[in-house]
Amino acid sequence: MDFSKEFDASGLACPLPIVKTKKALNDMISGQVLRVIATDPGSVCDMAAFAEQTGNALLEQTSENSKYVFYLKKA
Amino acid sequence: MASKKMALIATKGTLDMAYPPFILASTAAALGWEVQIFFTFYGLSLLRHDLGGVKISPLANPAMPMPVPMPVIVQMLPGMESMASMMMKNKMKSKGVASLQELRDICIESEVKFIACQMTVDLFDYKNSDFIKDIEFGGAATFMKFAGESDVSLFI
Repeated sequence: MDFSKEFDASGLACPLPIVKTKKALNDMISGQVLRVIATDPGSVCDMAAFAEQTGNALLEQTSENSKYVFYLKKA
Repeated sequence: MASKKMALIATKGTLDMAYPPFILASTAAALGWEVQIFFTFYGLSLLRHDLGGVKISPLANPAMPMPVPMPVIVQMLPGMESMASMMMKNKMKSKGVASLQELRDICIESEVKFIACQMTVDLFDYKNSDFIKDIEFGGAATFMKFAGESDVSLFI
């Protein structure tokens, strides 16, 4: 999937993946896609909850080799 | 849509109890919530300039995982608290857990409002200059005003 920016949250624990994802979205414009990579297994539930509460759509999420990848569309 | 609100009371000054208010506040702010934390009693130490003195105590804490089993009488020895705190901080760093300082900075940056309890500031003879500048001073009525409008209110 195409994305305009990437944020690597590998190695970070709660709440940093979410808090820093929010920061990464701040300077993006509506409609752009952010790719987030995380290693925190809790981020699977957290990212869905973040997307639901902020209106930034979670377009896709995948996981392989203990890495979780999320595609968020900025609201 | 008006943003949701969360009102927290932070009453504890140990390392383990310092994390929940800052974690919840920074996360809620990232979700677009308006957040206030009312710091009272030992929670006031979380508003001091240097958070280096915030420690964890293994005493009276049988649930704390220890690298080796340690009798209570040993945990009471001088220096054990500092050692346990240092070990915990190193472990947190190795697991990618943010430092208290980092979380507090994120809270300030994301406009979480900090309120110091004036009564306990006076009780403990603190001076306003003991605290970081990004705070206000108030009492229970100040907290209740915001708590009354809040969706979530927690005592920590």
